[in-house]
Amino acid sequence: MRIPVFIILLLIICLPICAKNIHVGAKYSHQKIKKALSEAHDEDTIVIHEGTYKEGNIIIQKKITLLGINKPVLDGQNKYEILSIKSSGVIVQGLIIQNSGFSTLDDPGAIKIYNCDNVIIKNNELRDNFFGIYLQQANHCKIENNRIHAKGVEEQQIGNGIHCWKSDSIVIVGNKINGHRDGIYFEFVTNSIIWRNISFANIRYGLHFMFSNDDAYISNVFKNNGAGVSVMFTHRVKMFNNYFLYNWGDAAYGLLLKEISDSYILHNRFINNTSGIYMEGTNRILVEHNTFNENGWGMKIQASCMDNVIRENNFLGNTFDISTNGSLVLNTFNENYWDKYEGYDLNKDKFGDVPYRPLSLFSVMVESNSSLMLLFRSFMVNLLDKSEKIIPSLTPENFIDNKPRMHSVVI
Amino acid sequence: MNRIIKFVILDILRNKIILFYTILLAMLSFSMFSLEDNESKGLLSLLNLILLNVPLVAIIFSTIYIYNSSEFIELLISQPIKRNKIWISLYLGLNTSLIISFIIGAGIPILLYSPNLIGIILIFIGCIISVIFTSLAFLCSIISRDKAKGIGMSILIWLFFSLLFDGLIMFLLFQLADYPMENWIALIAALNPIDLSRIVILLQLDLSAMLGFTGAVFKQTFGTGWGILFSSTLLILWMIIPFMISLRKFNKKDH
Repeated sequence: MRIPVFIILLLIICLPICAKNIHVGAKYSHQKIKKALSEAHDEDTIVIHEGTYKEGNIIIQKKITLLGINKPVLDGQNKYEILSIKSSGVIVQGLIIQNSGFSTLDDPGAIKIYNCDNVIIKNNELRDNFFGIYLQQANHCKIENNRIHAKGVEEQQIGNGIHCWKSDSIVIVGNKINGHRDGIYFEFVTNSIIWRNISFANIRYGLHFMFSNDDAYISNVFKNNGAGVSVMFTHRVKMFNNYFLYNWGDAAYGLLLKEISDSYILHNRFINNTSGIYMEGTNRILVEHNTFNENGWGMKIQASCMDNVIRENNFLGNTFDISTNGSLVLNTFNENYWDKYEGYDLNKDKFGDVPYRPLSLFSVMVESNSSLMLLFRSFMVNLLDKSEKIIPSLTPENFIDNKPRMHSVVI
Repeated sequence: MNRIIKFVILDILRNKIILFYTILLAMLSFSMFSLEDNESKGLLSLLNLILLNVPLVAIIFSTIYIYNSSEFIELLISQPIKRNKIWISLYLGLNTSLIISFIIGAGIPILLYSPNLIGIILIFIGCIISVIFTSLAFLCSIISRDKAKGIGMSILIWLFFSLLFDGLIMFLLFQLADYPMENWIALIAALNPIDLSRIVILLQLDLSAMLGFTGAVFKQTFGTGWGILFSSTLLILWMIIPFMISLRKFNKKDH
């Protein structure tokens, strides 16, 4: 009884050994990756040794592993798409891939995955490519610990770092991306997770989300991007523990939300952005335990937003905590900490006894006539704001936090 | 001439009000910098205070001082000294003492807490604002012989530039919101020395990104090399023109 089980186990362990290793490199049997590929079978590993390989477009149509030893360089000579993966189960690991071609017609990328599943791209460095990693109708893929950088100058001249289109169940972990158009781009991607990535100094957005339902992005850092992060036309997104830093400029937002519903924004930090969160047409979102620090505007909530709950956040040192463009308020503010709150707490329950109105008159006026920023920080504006605080008459009546905290929320 | 200037400066510096002004500025600056957690915010709060207090003190103190020294001026006129010299040395003496007290009161804290370009610009602007409003004070005090009327006028001028003018700009912005007039209104705003100084400082800070479209216009008009030249020319005109008018009036005055 025991022996068959043992034999089966042994067989399972031995199975990978049946697959071959094919070595590619100057001192090995194969000098060209393409040659090795043509001889390889499914489940084989192609071990690529140190050196520079300029082989144009390498198309992978077998279920193989590409393993780089000592960082071999695959160069596209600014003409070709470098790796085209057209088979499921491919693993690409430890390569440096650089100088892909540039074409706005077929969007060549350093690594492009066409209509296949279970591909793993791991520990690679991608330098100066048009698109970094491009996923097209790919499911259950994993993109892990890659360093993707380019020196993009203009939006039209460069593609995205990680571009996912019409895919499902993608995992993007621990990548570091800079200098592309959008750091990470999602369009029609569902059930995916973006975790622990750093996306900085990209020309447009650090992360760009469109029509991608049921995704989560957790513990990422988005820093110094041209316009911050934008999440649009999406349902059920979870945004946890991210950092939105220094997205500063005329049209930059920490987080731009447009037509989003049923989502969660929890435990994020928005520091030094022109606008921390800009919301337009967003419904049923919970914004909880976030910190808004030193932003121009903490949150800009347009009147088209409905049923959002903003509770237990810290608003510290923002020029304007909140602004809105209409008188209709369908969102709830509760138990936030506002550093501009001047009320008192007689019954010592740690909540202020006087409701707080986070909307300053000037921010409302600026929203209706943006040139008024000309008078920003002038004596008259201060005077107007003070008098409006005492006798609110022009700001929306129900834009109010009824239970403001006396001390900041510990997050 | 130098002796008159020296006399005026010594006379003013012995004045208790100017001492109080210096101490007040120093206290405000130190407390602003220690209240705010970073020095750029401290600078901003201080900017507001400077743009409010410095013109007020400069214009009212100078007006009162000129009225009070009318006997001294009459005495000097009876001497063989050119009228030009008397008025100019009075102007220079008042300005020097106000600038000295501003630099001691606000300049030292600014240099201690924020020894950078913006700090230096802020000190410059404080000095320029002092001179501009002293120059306006000379105009007020020469227009009317009645002291109460003159002081009233100077208070009105201060109120106009620090409050009413902004109201006017706001009114224009709302009335002309449907027309592409932002650039012109921005230019009109630049005619007010207080507004111009505020915007020059704001443009130096990161905050300029928040100014949006008008900020971009301003940056183009006032932020570049020529713009700085243009805005300093405007400020220098403010320093000189009211005083020149008062000088002409003083030369013709005959009682």
